[in-house]
Amino acid sequence: MQRSHLWSLIIVIVVAVLALAIALPIQHPAWFNNIAFWQPTEFRDLELKQGLDLQGGLQVLLEADSAALALQSSSERDPLEAAKVIVENRVNGLGVSEPLVQRQGDNRIIVELPGIDDPDQAVATLKGTGLLEFVEMGQQFVPAGTLIETDFGASPTASAGITGTQGLLNPATGQPFRTIMTGADLRSASVGFDQLTSAPLIIFELSDTGRTIFRDYTSQHLGEVVAIAMDKVVLSAPTIQAVIDGSGEITGQFTLDEANSLAVQMQYGALPVALNVIDTRSVGATLGADSVEKSITAGVIGVLVVLLFMIVYYRVPGVLADVALILFVLINIAIFKLLPVTLTLPGIAGFLLATGTAVDANVLIFERMKEEVRAGKPLRSAVDAGFNRAWTSIFDSNLSTLITAAILIYFGSAFGASSVRGFAITLAIGVLVSMFTAVFATRVLMRLVYQRRNADESALAKPTLLGV
Amino acid sequence: MYNLVQHRKKYYILSVILLTVSVLLMAYSMVTVGTPFRLSIDYTGGVYWEFMLGQEAQPGQVRDIFVASGLGDTAVTTIGDEGNRLQARLKEVSPEVKAEIEDELGAQFGGIETLQYRNVGPSVGGEVTRSALIAVLFASAAIVAWIVFAFRNVPHPLRYGVSAIVAMVHDVVIAAGFAALMGILVGYEVDALFLTALLTVLGFSVQDTIVVFDRIRENSRRHMGEDFDTIANRSLLETMGRSLTTQLNAFFIMVAILLFGGDTIKPFIAVLLVGMISGTYSSIFNATPLLVTWEHWSNKRAREQAKMAAAA
Repeated sequence: MQRSHLWSLIIVIVVAVLALAIALPIQHPAWFNNIAFWQPTEFRDLELKQGLDLQGGLQVLLEADSAALALQSSSERDPLEAAKVIVENRVNGLGVSEPLVQRQGDNRIIVELPGIDDPDQAVATLKGTGLLEFVEMGQQFVPAGTLIETDFGASPTASAGITGTQGLLNPATGQPFRTIMTGADLRSASVGFDQLTSAPLIIFELSDTGRTIFRDYTSQHLGEVVAIAMDKVVLSAPTIQAVIDGSGEITGQFTLDEANSLAVQMQYGALPVALNVIDTRSVGATLGADSVEKSITAGVIGVLVVLLFMIVYYRVPGVLADVALILFVLINIAIFKLLPVTLTLPGIAGFLLATGTAVDANVLIFERMKEEVRAGKPLRSAVDAGFNRAWTSIFDSNLSTLITAAILIYFGSAFGASSVRGFAITLAIGVLVSMFTAVFATRVLMRLVYQRRNADESALAKPTLLGV
Repeated sequence: MYNLVQHRKKYYILSVILLTVSVLLMAYSMVTVGTPFRLSIDYTGGVYWEFMLGQEAQPGQVRDIFVASGLGDTAVTTIGDEGNRLQARLKEVSPEVKAEIEDELGAQFGGIETLQYRNVGPSVGGEVTRSALIAVLFASAAIVAWIVFAFRNVPHPLRYGVSAIVAMVHDVVIAAGFAALMGILVGYEVDALFLTALLTVLGFSVQDTIVVFDRIRENSRRHMGEDFDTIANRSLLETMGRSLTTQLNAFFIMVAILLFGGDTIKPFIAVLLVGMISGTYSSIFNATPLLVTWEHWSNKRAREQAKMAAAA
């Protein structure tokens, strides 16, 4: 075997082993997950990500009123960014795993909530007015993110639309914590820097009523903790270090981003702009699970038929193409996990279609090879001729599919057409992977079987076994 | 060697019949619903609501509940053969009214579970329509550019380009006609995925045609001196195995999805399947025979010109 051929074989084996290891639906050891090093650490789990149409859930497109936005655009902070931060907080309050909040364009926010049971309630929570409270905590220190019960307004469980969870009660009394004042008494909040350490901090100013309330309170409760809570979720819980008269500072171990986010939420306790729901899409978990099950059945049956057909029609080369096709499936699944690609129903269709056409390159090559064998060429050169001659056709024809896929990906970035994107991405990945498996990997396999010196005499070279 | 191109007039006739039927179906749909196919809420905006009731219900009874809430423009149909799975299409509805209807349905029919709910605002629908049109224009331009590029080195690249494009248009029109037919027969509404199907058909159609044309390019060099009919015919026969095999593999997968796959993508796969079958047909029976016809036509013209030159 030539040296370059040996290397090709090694590459194929390494890729195959890696793809298999990644594609296996098992709990991977933590060190192995680092193979997806470009993903943020907390998401490196090598799981297949399911879209909302498969796992069930809610997707909402919120649009800020453009007139209101224009009115606010003079202010230094981007009101949509502020709205996004607030929506994010509310989403976190809903207790959904892996939610997504994303800006889209100048005036829209996309929210995705997988696995939510009551879409109507969730939408109401997202649109609702946020409630900022300053809460008396006494000596009780609470970390940010804690859900607390206060004596102001509705209970958090009602406002967040979750049942079964309850906020923290005051351990001293067993009752909800007392609200000192609400965001209505806050005039402004912004980010500043400590003059000595230049660490970021929050500067806030109170209204006249707020000034009186807070001056009285802080003078009596020096050294105690005040929690600043948004929709009953603690944002920060500073200790009172001095009497606050009208304006004050919150210092802490903030990063600049954290300080910004906190200031935004204090400033815009209520959403800075009204958000309208312009598109809602929800899929029940039942339908999602049903879709997953059906897609797997369809995929397995379809691929099995293709595998069988290739063997029946092309015999020994068909078996090799099948090995390459199985490798194709593994590599695709591995890529879906690595990138990651969120699988949707159309996405699975794109992948399956790519699987069906992945053997196209093999077919082109084998048909060529058969012709050469029929024309009386020795097997070894027929194999080479098959690959060389078929290459231009394979390249030209795959490129046209890639062009279409690229355009579909672009088109699919319009919100209502997200299904299109899912299909086009998996199709494009499939076409690219098939170039590797159907051309490179199959060729390596063919060389193993047919390119030994005595290939023509070997039992595997009988015309019946070549499908000639 | 079997002479395929000899019978090209028959293939043209079949294609013309299919194309005419497709166009007529779209025209019929245009007259009855105002668009060549029924458009889904992806393009028009509105609400699609699919739900499962606790017991079987007549669509009429269910519709009455919507009408009672002032949504007279609601269409309700059952899905599948269970009788308790229904879909409703309506104009935009506020969350409050939706909740009201949901309660009412649940109370009357022994519980309700929402399977799917989509509420598309008119602005979003408009955007999808716009980007759909842009995508079609871009895709057509890009594919044409690619064909011109791929055939820049053959004699008469224009012929190859035009023939490939004719075949491509043929496939897209037939796939669209099929969508119109499904709209007329079973009320299928084209969504964003329908466009995906059309553009994919377009891509695969060109792919099929390019494989045959590649072979003609190669055979023209290898068998110099043979007339174009023979070369074209030889190339067709040589690539036929590949075309059919590839088509068959894609066919297996698509039929598997149609039989066993998720319900929401079945119409999409059906359109894709029809388009791809048409793509295989047109690459064999239209694109290459068109090249032959063109060759004959230009030879004839050259002879006539020569005759005229001789006469003069």
